[in-house]
Amino acid sequence: MEVVRADGRTPNQLRPLACSRNLLHRAHGSARWSQGDTIVLAAVYGPKAGTRKGENPEKACIEVIWKPKTGQIGKEEKEYEMILKRTLQSICLLTIHPNTTTSIILQVVGDDGALLPCAINASCAALVDSGIPLKHLAVAICCGLTETGSVILDPTKAEEQKMRAFAYLVFPNSPLSVLPKAPSAVDDEPGIITSVTHGLMSECHYINCLGHGHAACAKISEFLRRSMQTQLPGDLSKST
Amino acid sequence: MESSKGTEGLAGEIEVEAYRRLFPLPFYERHLLESVRPDARPLNRARDTTVALGPVASADGSALVKIGDTTMLAAIKLEVMIPSADAPDEGSLAIEFHMPPICSPSVRSGRPAEVAPVISQRLSDVITSSEMINLNELSLISGKAAWMAYLDIYCLNADGCLFDAALLSAVAAFSHLQIPLVSVNDDGRVVAVSGELTEGKSKLELVNKEKRKLSLRSKPFSLTCILHEKYILADPNSEEESIMDTFVTVVLDSWGQLVSIYKPGGAVLANMSTIKACIAVAKSRVKELNNILNESLSEMEVIDYYSKKSVVAQLHADKPPKEVTSEVQKSLS
Repeated sequence: MEVVRADGRTPNQLRPLACSRNLLHRAHGSARWSQGDTIVLAAVYGPKAGTRKGENPEKACIEVIWKPKTGQIGKEEKEYEMILKRTLQSICLLTIHPNTTTSIILQVVGDDGALLPCAINASCAALVDSGIPLKHLAVAICCGLTETGSVILDPTKAEEQKMRAFAYLVFPNSPLSVLPKAPSAVDDEPGIITSVTHGLMSECHYINCLGHGHAACAKISEFLRRSMQTQLPGDLSKST
Repeated sequence: MESSKGTEGLAGEIEVEAYRRLFPLPFYERHLLESVRPDARPLNRARDTTVALGPVASADGSALVKIGDTTMLAAIKLEVMIPSADAPDEGSLAIEFHMPPICSPSVRSGRPAEVAPVISQRLSDVITSSEMINLNELSLISGKAAWMAYLDIYCLNADGCLFDAALLSAVAAFSHLQIPLVSVNDDGRVVAVSGELTEGKSKLELVNKEKRKLSLRSKPFSLTCILHEKYILADPNSEEESIMDTFVTVVLDSWGQLVSIYKPGGAVLANMSTIKACIAVAKSRVKELNNILNESLSEMEVIDYYSKKSVVAQLHADKPPKEVTSEVQKSLS
């Protein structure tokens, strides 16, 4: 059963991905991530001395500042900030730089659906660019559930509005190993870092989304790895 | 694990209370090994929950909910507004969650709590995606007048699971909500008619025939679980929330459909079996919450019925419904 999408993609096809790093001179790390017309620019400043009041000084503190494309920050953006903060906290090695604060500033450049996953991918690339020690990478994907119950990946804004339900899922990146994959590899047991859902769905629809999302995340993490390996000329000057 | 090994020798020597303060995580892990929690609950048992309907007499619908020590007061006020041009047959909802400084030592006056807007947003997301309220029912005259429902939830005591308690109080307030009578006055405005005016005194024609309740299609209920290593702890209190940092909130409606699975980051990765286990715990909790809510609703109906027949002169909002029902039964016999 093939679902025809407005832009001619197949249900499992993502929009073209693009990632460029080290765009901002003053920031310690920056990245621009785009999925079709959804574009987010992320900048990392830090680690700076001291943590904010109420945070644990024995660990590094992560601060996320969301800048919408236009207008004031609202409740929805506050929620995004909280989700991003907790997601990034789980991938950073917080005990290496205790009593410091790292600020991540996200500027929305374009919003055409799947904004939060795009922001998570952008901030993750920016963290790598800034050299903050990470446990692993986080790869985010948006899975939409159509009225007929089939899953489509990375929907645009127009598709998102027609959707019965959708889920933002974040997985750790797939490990790269030199050894051939052992048959007992626990690939069918994807661990979820973050899950945010909107709309009604049944349990098996959600599990279906998890399966599709995890498969797509393998592709995104492969793309992320490749774009990390191509070192920009600016990186050389930074490392010296 | 290393830290717990290092402190085991010390554990035998220092007082329990001091050990709990100094090494909170090993303290909890020792309990979890015995499948029990420091407040004597098994791992998947939620705290005692009560729902009191109608504590705010001036509001159109209200509820006071307690889950353990977490207390939430929800009140709905209806106002007449002109519906927007693109949805002339729909009313609208505005949900606000407040955390005043009395609720927790971490909230200070003048500086609003960080989590309050996040919980507001999640509440409106869950209430709209569960399709609990048919917005057409809030319409009065198509294109001219509709109800705007302001739902305000105040957290009186924050002891963990704020979202669960807030959602339960919102659902309870909506099931208690009674839409007041309205009529059109001489200026062509829609005004609310208070109860006493209806008996012949008012010459104005009523738009809606009688007070009615919203027909809620389904009711969403939620359960938050903490994931720690391989353990799943249902309905954590604030102490547990501060020690362990991975939460999963499962929202199910009364038909068993998933409304939301919300896991914002956290150190523990949830795999398929953990998610399934959380859903299973949530399912039994949803049944429990549905029963608790239905019980207080049916008690409310009994009181309403007899207060109409003026057996009960006044509704005792300050008394739990059970006491009032027994009072009614006494006066009848």
